Amino acid sequence: MSKILFKNQLSKDVFLMRLHAPLIAEERSAGQFIILQVNEDYGERIPLTIADADTKEGSITIIFQVVGKSTTLLSELNQGDGIPTLVGPLGRPTHIENFGTVVCVGGGIGVAPLHPIAQALKKAGNHVITIIGARTKDLIILEEEMKSIADEFILCTDDGSYGRKALVTEPLKEICERNPKPNMVIAIGPPIMMKFCSETTRPYEVFTQVSLNTIMVDGTGMCGGCRVNVGKEIKFVCVDGPEFDGHKVDFDNMMARLNSYKEIERAAHACYLEAEIKEKEALQ
Amino acid sequence: MNHRTLEELSNDAKKLIADYVSRIDDMKAKERTKIPAQEMPAQDPEVRSHNLEEVALGYTMEQARIEAMRCIQCVKKTCVEDCPVKIDIPRFINHIAHEEFQDAADVIKEASLLPAICGRVCPQETQCQSNCAVGKALKDVDKSVAIGRLERFIADWERSTGKIAVPEVKSETGKKVAVVGSGPAGLVVAADCRREGHHVTIFEAFHKLGGVLRYGIPEFRLPNDIIDKEIETLTAMGVEIKTNFVVGRTRKLLDLINKDGYHAVFVGTGAGLPLFMGIEGESLVGVFSANEYLTRANLMRAFEKEKADTPIYPSKNVAVLGGGNVAMDSARMAKRLGAENVYVVYRRTEKEMPARKEEVEHAKEEGIEFYFLQNAKRILGDDKGKVNAMECLRYELGEPDESGRRRPVVVPNSEFLLDVDTVIVAIGNSSNPLISQTTPEIKVNKWGNILVDETQKTSSDRIFAGGDIVLGAATVILAMGEGRRAASAINKMLAEEIEKEKAAMN
Ligand SMILES: Cc1cc2nc3c(=O)[nH]c(=O)nc-3n(C[C@H](O)[C@H](O)[C@H](O)COP(=O)(O)OP(=O)(O)OC[C@H]3O[C@@H](n4cnc5c(N)ncnc54)[C@H](O)[C@@H]3O)c2cc1C
Ligand code: SF4
Ligand code: FES
Repeated sequence: MSKILFKNQLSKDVFLMRLHAPLIAEERSAGQFIILQVNEDYGERIPLTIADADTKEGSITIIFQVVGKSTTLLSELNQGDGIPTLVGPLGRPTHIENFGTVVCVGGGIGVAPLHPIAQALKKAGNHVITIIGARTKDLIILEEEMKSIADEFILCTDDGSYGRKALVTEPLKEICERNPKPNMVIAIGPPIMMKFCSETTRPYEVFTQVSLNTIMVDGTGMCGGCRVNVGKEIKFVCVDGPEFDGHKVDFDNMMARLNSYKEIERAAHACYLEAEIKEKEALQ
Repeated sequence: MNHRTLEELSNDAKKLIADYVSRIDDMKAKERTKIPAQEMPAQDPEVRSHNLEEVALGYTMEQARIEAMRCIQCVKKTCVEDCPVKIDIPRFINHIAHEEFQDAADVIKEASLLPAICGRVCPQETQCQSNCAVGKALKDVDKSVAIGRLERFIADWERSTGKIAVPEVKSETGKKVAVVGSGPAGLVVAADCRREGHHVTIFEAFHKLGGVLRYGIPEFRLPNDIIDKEIETLTAMGVEIKTNFVVGRTRKLLDLINKDGYHAVFVGTGAGLPLFMGIEGESLVGVFSANEYLTRANLMRAFEKEKADTPIYPSKNVAVLGGGNVAMDSARMAKRLGAENVYVVYRRTEKEMPARKEEVEHAKEEGIEFYFLQNAKRILGDDKGKVNAMECLRYELGEPDESGRRRPVVVPNSEFLLDVDTVIVAIGNSSNPLISQTTPEIKVNKWGNILVDETQKTSSDRIFAGGDIVLGAATVILAMGEGRRAASAINKMLAEEIEKEKAAMN
């Protein structure tokens, strides 16, 4: 049982929580994730990247977007409530060294896992260029935090409601055209965004690392549910990843597999919401 | 075969028993071989293929005693020789015949710790029952004394008395043993080391204990409350349990020794990543490893569609690739989850299938179709990337290979299409990569299995290993056996240390 020490709503569907987990806080490194379950018997196992950790408080921070029934249930918990299953840190840590100039591209909620990586890269002496983007102003998170570590900071929204009106790939392309070109790009966000970031950098041959969020069950290398095609090989995100060479990842297949349960999920979510509305009506 | 109900089988046995009891110690071997082999009562196939309840219902008392009287009490006990943990089989069977059930239980427990589980899942027809004298005399291995069913009968009888004694624990030694993984290997190590008075902690990555017993083998073969009972016993003995703890990640394995003060570690992390065929179309939506499919259904309870949040893929026509227990479990689970047609596609013939015979029979009764001497060539998908067919090839048996088995060879141009929307791959596992990835000090072979000596000790001091992580995918009883051996080596090592410490004090 892990206690929720703090909860904050960052935007309409996005929440931040600090969870009591001293062992995970001590062991985790940038790039790693946890798996949690809201209900031990029937709950789904949800993988979430660790956005931050505080060893003094013995806590980790997660930031998540409500997308289905399980994340809705999680968002309904409050400070003081317990999360019955919390396991981690999982996955391999990001490899950090002084690469030179690194472009950190974060899309939507992907800015959360990007933040500790950018922080570590900065600490290792890199010149860090940060691009963060979202559909619209309300969905931008961690702007100040990202700005404070970036040597250059670019913010864009798809609809132009804040910052530059552009997709993140636009400024990314401009940076790749600079001389010298950047040494590396790290892109974290929705699969489609990581795919297009990888496509953008491919002609410039700039190594592009992406962090994949596939379906997972155990997270320890047992079930094979998290498999992705990387180059000609099958890789398992929970033990081989979550970070891979974006130029080699078969994103189309990964997206199709991520959508495997979409229809069922949607139905479940609808049923759940309906039941909840009824319950609330009954109370009034 | 006509389904015979529990009532019918029970009545038959009731009619016969008095006569046999009256001659119990006088029957000649010849007479004993004439006693009818007792059929295992089972749920009606039509009913059970829609529920998750246990298929095999267990012998009645009369059936068990009659079956026990079939044993001719050999002097040369081939059954014991073929039992991986050397249970004194004729002795416990003789107790059953004489209605001395507690004595029978005690005999089994001298050698085996988990009889309720082994009685259900051991491949008896290739172990204790394979060379049984009665089976030999009747020239039919299926007519061997049903040792496994008798073992299960006794374990269930003991459970039903509600008086299972918690094993005695010696006084605290102050030594600490860490057990990594709570499969059968880990559970046995925990019990055996705790009995010696050591402090034992089980670390388990999942939120529930039992390993494959919980997430792999389905309820209809091994009900969860049997695993729960074993774990209750461990807790009652004072074993500490830490779930949601991935050794290697939550804590480095060596830190358990260097920082947390454990004096010995047992690694029982089980088999790992599923193997795939390496054929075209294997990453389509609707292709699953058996591990994922069964874990969703069992551990995450996706079978209870109303309650579970973890979804399971809705299937109508399912192909299962493989011929082992894992393939049988996947196929039968798919049926229970609502699939209309389930095909098991296996490259060799029925004879070579490694699955327990009883499971194959049960699967057939439940309407699973078997495609022997056939194999998948590629999986085809629709424009959304979802499986819609599987192309198969026919095989025939060719020359025998090194193992003496006739090698299946492709029949040229024998391609045909199978109409399926789901493919479950159950062709085996490689090793669990986590410990070797995070603990390079422990030596592994080229397949990633941990290397151990004859006492189960690894290349690292104080670290032992056993079960599937050492053997590759094996069996429950072999994992248990390795656990026993490791525990005894750990206990010996710790006892010597305690002796030395005492000597130094004096
Ligand atoms: C579907 C299926 C059906 C089977 N049917 C049969 C059968 O009928 N008869 C038979 O004899 N055998 C059967 N087997 C094989 C048998 O279950 C295994 O051989 C046996 O369970 C191996 O036991 P184990 O203790 O080595 O590991 P496992 O049972 O695999 O347990 C390992 C445990 O370790 C945990 N773990 C892994 N890594 C870590 C870590 N880093 N930190 C903490 N915990 C960790 C895992 O979560 C798991 O709980 C079957 C297997 C499967 C998959
Ligand atoms: S081999 Fe068969 S008949 Fe002989 S002792 Fe064992 S179980 Fe009994
Ligand atoms: S999540 Fe099961 S193997 Fe990666």
